[in-house]
Amino acid sequence: MNIAVCIKQVPDTETKVRVSGDKKWIEEGEINFILNPYDELAVEEGLKIAEAHSGEVTVLSLGPDRITSAIRSALAMGANKAIHIKTDKNPLDPMATAEALAQVLREGNYDLILLGKQAIDDDHQQIGPILSEKLGIPAANVVTKLEVSADKITAERQIEGGFEKIECALPAIVTTQRGLNEPRYASLKGIMAAKKIQIEEKIVTVPDDKIEILEINYPPEKPPGKIVGEGADAVPELIRLLKEEAKVIS
Amino acid sequence: MYESVDYYQLTNLLSEEEKLIQNTARQFVEDKFIPIITEYHRVGEFPVEIVKQLGELGFLGSTLPEEYGGAGLNNIAYGLIMQELERGDSGLRSFASVQGGLVIYPIYRFGSEEQKTKWLRSLISGYKIGCFGLTEPDFGSNPAGMKTTARKTSGGYRINGTKMWITNGSLADVAVVWAKLDDTIRGFLVEKGTPGFQVQTIKGKFSLRASDTAELVFDECEIPEENILPDTDGLKSPLKCLTQARYSIAWGTVGAAMACYDTALKYAQSRIQFDRPIAAYQLTQEKLVYMVTEITKAQLLNYHLAKLKDEQKMRSTHVSMAKRNNVEESLKIARMARSILGANGISDEYPVIRHMLNLETVSTYEGTHEIHTLILGEDITGIAAYY
Ligand SMILES: Cc1cc2nc3c(=O)[nH]c(=O)nc-3n(C[C@H](O)[C@H](O)[C@H](O)COP(=O)(O)OP(=O)(O)OC[C@H]3O[C@@H](n4cnc5c(N)ncnc54)[C@H](O)[C@@H]3O)c2cc1C
Repeated sequence: MNIAVCIKQVPDTETKVRVSGDKKWIEEGEINFILNPYDELAVEEGLKIAEAHSGEVTVLSLGPDRITSAIRSALAMGANKAIHIKTDKNPLDPMATAEALAQVLREGNYDLILLGKQAIDDDHQQIGPILSEKLGIPAANVVTKLEVSADKITAERQIEGGFEKIECALPAIVTTQRGLNEPRYASLKGIMAAKKIQIEEKIVTVPDDKIEILEINYPPEKPPGKIVGEGADAVPELIRLLKEEAKVIS
Repeated sequence: MYESVDYYQLTNLLSEEEKLIQNTARQFVEDKFIPIITEYHRVGEFPVEIVKQLGELGFLGSTLPEEYGGAGLNNIAYGLIMQELERGDSGLRSFASVQGGLVIYPIYRFGSEEQKTKWLRSLISGYKIGCFGLTEPDFGSNPAGMKTTARKTSGGYRINGTKMWITNGSLADVAVVWAKLDDTIRGFLVEKGTPGFQVQTIKGKFSLRASDTAELVFDECEIPEENILPDTDGLKSPLKCLTQARYSIAWGTVGAAMACYDTALKYAQSRIQFDRPIAAYQLTQEKLVYMVTEITKAQLLNYHLAKLKDEQKMRSTHVSMAKRNNVEESLKIARMARSILGANGISDEYPVIRHMLNLETVSTYEGTHEIHTLILGEDITGIAAYY
């Protein structure tokens, strides 16, 4: 089975992100970048399927030179090959990114394409569905359980208030959600072996962004808390405020 | 993921692999070890089920070449692993130091090809556990005086004597035991269950509680001929092992210090007394500045020591300096952190008191602080001051 996993490098969740001077992006200088946690699930799932069906896992990632460290993380987990997609400009629009990915994915004849349900930086949640449209193959999104056979997949996906079980033929796209698996740690041997794998580079022209970032802002500061009083006497007033002002209880 | 203190941006000096290795170790300690350590510390046990995971990830004997099951790491990567493990607990790092520096290393360095084949892979993968018996009840700082002896018999050797304070002693499948054979100190492999070999766990420790420490007693304990480490020759052989383990301590204790500093900094910023966070007071700031400065100095010392070791220019006295300094400063940092936390500083709700108590052991084992002072003193003056 020929499996592709699309991965993205994102800022570490513990990193304090600072908005850049022009408010169009963030200061990248001191940020610690990691492999997008949802993509980690996709890599893990790809490796498990490859182990069970004697397959091969190729990771693909689009972005500037710094993303090779995310690619190495995936290789260190056990992926077999990697493609670094280099572009003339850095797309901010998922439509443009998906187009660039699709160009490379078409060449690879993959049976299964896995990717995280979203990237934790821009949170668009669009790449999976757009790829499905562009490649003309089915997609199962936000998947928490996956079974793969030679020609089809059965996937369980979260929906409002329950689960949906769907089946589709391969080739297909699956976007991964927490709960699907527990990603393995990159072992030292894996890390040292990954060092020897040559990352293939592909240069792709991306279409123009159809969206424009006007401004990036911090969330508004939390208003200060209010102390209603002390001891049991304050409770009725607290309940009244929670009901009438905060409207968190009824 | 946890971001550690890196005031001088030393992470930028690391290669991609070194960063990945540090991340793996950090994530592992964060996910699998920190959540369980308090409970193990309370009952005074080493979480032995973690050993196989350490092996799977490659944290045991990681600098050994691949042909023996190692990962062929350089000494920066190895040091970083030790630092991350000790951020969890000195007991965890001690396990790895003993298994790697004091069991795997001597078998690799002084062992026969048969011994290497028999032991290295299973020790590196964590399927077998080892310990290192040098210290005796009457000979700690002065191991040259040891009383344990080995006597040649027709089929092998007969060992008599007692080893004290032996890390992993009760858990070990194999003990690397140092004994005098015709007045020369030699290393021997004694397997668990060998008749005449008894192990007694040491109880009542207030330090390194989440580590196994035992007394090993050898009473006419007969081992086969092939269990002598053929290339051992005198006290310098165990001392070479200690250099390896001391190197891991120099790195490890920085991890413990980082944990204490991080905890103290967060606490000082959020704890309000006299209407202001205690971090707003100059006395607290002085402590925090001391801590971050000493951590940074220790990191620099380690980084350069690793480079010397990789270039095979490192002398054992270089390691003595780093062990002596980094343990002492980590201990001071732990005590300062404890004071910043006030009453909470003595509670195991926070990791600080545990690290502080652990570091008392670390200051004593692998050559006490005083002994390293004397080693360095002799090195620079040319005059030995031990006796
Ligand atoms: C938890 C724990 C785990 C250990 N694990 C191991 C292990 O796995 N294997 C092993 O072999 N050993 C192990 N040890 C033993 C450790 O290495 C010894 O405790 C250490 O070498 C000191 O020996 P001692 O305790 O006999 O102290 P002593 O040598 O009696 O020293 C007592 C004090 O006197 C000082 N002193 C001694 N000589 C001099 C001198 N000439 N000048 C000035 N001061 C001096 C020392 O610095 C110390 O302060 C462990 C110890 C502990 C506590």
